[in-house]
Amino acid sequence: MAELHLAQRPGPGTVRAGWARACWARICWAVVAWWLMAGMWTRSSMSYRTSFVLMLLANLATTSLDFLVVVLMFRHTATLGGWTLPELGFLYGTSAFALGTANLFVGSVDALGNRIRTGTLDTMLVRPAPALAQVCAERFSLRRLGRPLQAAAVLGWSLTALPVHWTADRILLVPVLLVCGSVIFASIFVAGAALQFWWGDAGELQHSLTYGGATLLQYPPTVFAKELVAGTVFGVPLAFVNWLPALHILGRPDPLGLPAAFQYASPAAAALCVLAAALAWRAGLRAYQGAGS
Amino acid sequence: MAMAVQTGRQEGGGTAVYLAVAAGAFRRYATYRAATLAGTVTNTVFGFILAYTFLALWQARPGLGGYDTAQAVTYIWISQALLVTVAVWGGGFQDDVQERLRTGDIAVDLHRPVDFQGWWLAADLGRAAFHLLARGTLPTLAGALAFDLRLPASPLVWAVFLVSVALAVTVSFGLRFLVVLTGFWLHDSDGVRAVVLVVAMFLSGMLLPIGLFPGWLGSLAAALPWAAVIQTPVDILVQHRTGAAVATGLAGQLAWAAVLFAAGRLALALAVRKVVVQGG
Repeated sequence: MAELHLAQRPGPGTVRAGWARACWARICWAVVAWWLMAGMWTRSSMSYRTSFVLMLLANLATTSLDFLVVVLMFRHTATLGGWTLPELGFLYGTSAFALGTANLFVGSVDALGNRIRTGTLDTMLVRPAPALAQVCAERFSLRRLGRPLQAAAVLGWSLTALPVHWTADRILLVPVLLVCGSVIFASIFVAGAALQFWWGDAGELQHSLTYGGATLLQYPPTVFAKELVAGTVFGVPLAFVNWLPALHILGRPDPLGLPAAFQYASPAAAALCVLAAALAWRAGLRAYQGAGS
Repeated sequence: MAMAVQTGRQEGGGTAVYLAVAAGAFRRYATYRAATLAGTVTNTVFGFILAYTFLALWQARPGLGGYDTAQAVTYIWISQALLVTVAVWGGGFQDDVQERLRTGDIAVDLHRPVDFQGWWLAADLGRAAFHLLARGTLPTLAGALAFDLRLPASPLVWAVFLVSVALAVTVSFGLRFLVVLTGFWLHDSDGVRAVVLVVAMFLSGMLLPIGLFPGWLGSLAAALPWAAVIQTPVDILVQHRTGAAVATGLAGQLAWAAVLFAAGRLALALAVRKVVVQGG
């Protein structure tokens, strides 16, 4: 399958160019392929405009409910784990934004097990475009914008309500954590999907890391057992999505007492996640054997 | 006349048919072991996350809503254990009927000499029995190992809880049956299903006990059928509902189950008049 991609990749020069250039060209081609297919799905869904608007509104309402639960909790208490409602709004907004953005771009990848079972993955593998880009763009839907939009609204509110002393590094950390958080969740989506090459039925397992992870990060780390928090720093690096940078932005002490460098380390964690997800995907794709039907 | 003969014959073997359907559904769901295990792990992970948040809330406000801290944490674990059993998110027979409506196989179902609604209720109860065993026990055990849970010592409470869960599945069936029947008019019940899912998650008490909702929202949620799906059975198990309140809880569930079943029957009668099956 790898030879097929190589042969059909556009641009005759890339084959002879250096490894890095070839790699870069490959990534660009994957992004272009994703963009073209996502555009196609968007045009097709836009032909049912009313249905699209209704589903987007339903999506906005659904996603707002879990924040409503937090608000209702704060009707009974002033702080949760020592954190205030605007602080939880910050955690909620950043975590839900990162998950929602990742879901928008690559969320379709979690249907991989289904695709393997029905044999439609084989069709994708013979097309002259990277399989990962195709699987991620399949059934792309702007309806999934509902989640990041609602999260951004909550985040916007929390930023106005928080009594934060805004320094340059704190301001810079907000967009950095949003981008890195989205990349970390996207990597978890892809790595989780790659597991389905071996364990096709177990697609729901990754929900405990994606949706479960996002729920975890909506609450302050002080609420949870230290072992659990340590697991999100040194195991699955969820803490880098928002917990660690939020400690710095909100001026909160680290319950684990880690060095301050960890609070700036989200880009490094995101890069490692991408690497791990890419390796898992390649290994999965290599191990895959179609039924040939 | 032919119908009457068939119905008459069915009266004799009726129960056996439904038991066979239920057993078949149980076995069918038992086949997907990896999926079941994966789902159980996910329920357990969510149980851990939400249990910690409830611990924090009850540490700030001990005795909130009439639950002590152990009851509040038990509430989370039992609601996670019941999530798939009572199909708060929809699913179970709903997926099957929705698909059969799309493909037209529904015509076959309507011609079976077995009651359509009864057939799918039996199938859904069979599925629920499997899910209660497989996806209910493991998270509860995990929760009991990691947290101080308030599980009842009396076998009577467990027995009443099981009755309440069976009623909860029937109420949930009634709701999902109505949702899936909208497909007869809308051709696709996905939109309605998405909206109902939102309502169900919130109003069932799955995310927060209804007692903690403010004023009118609390009264509204308690009066709607979704409360009978999660809140009532969980309250019985954590013994938030005791004595006469157990009886009123069960009576409320039974009333909703009956009302929704009757409404489903009426809607089905109307829907069948609309069916046009493309032959070929």
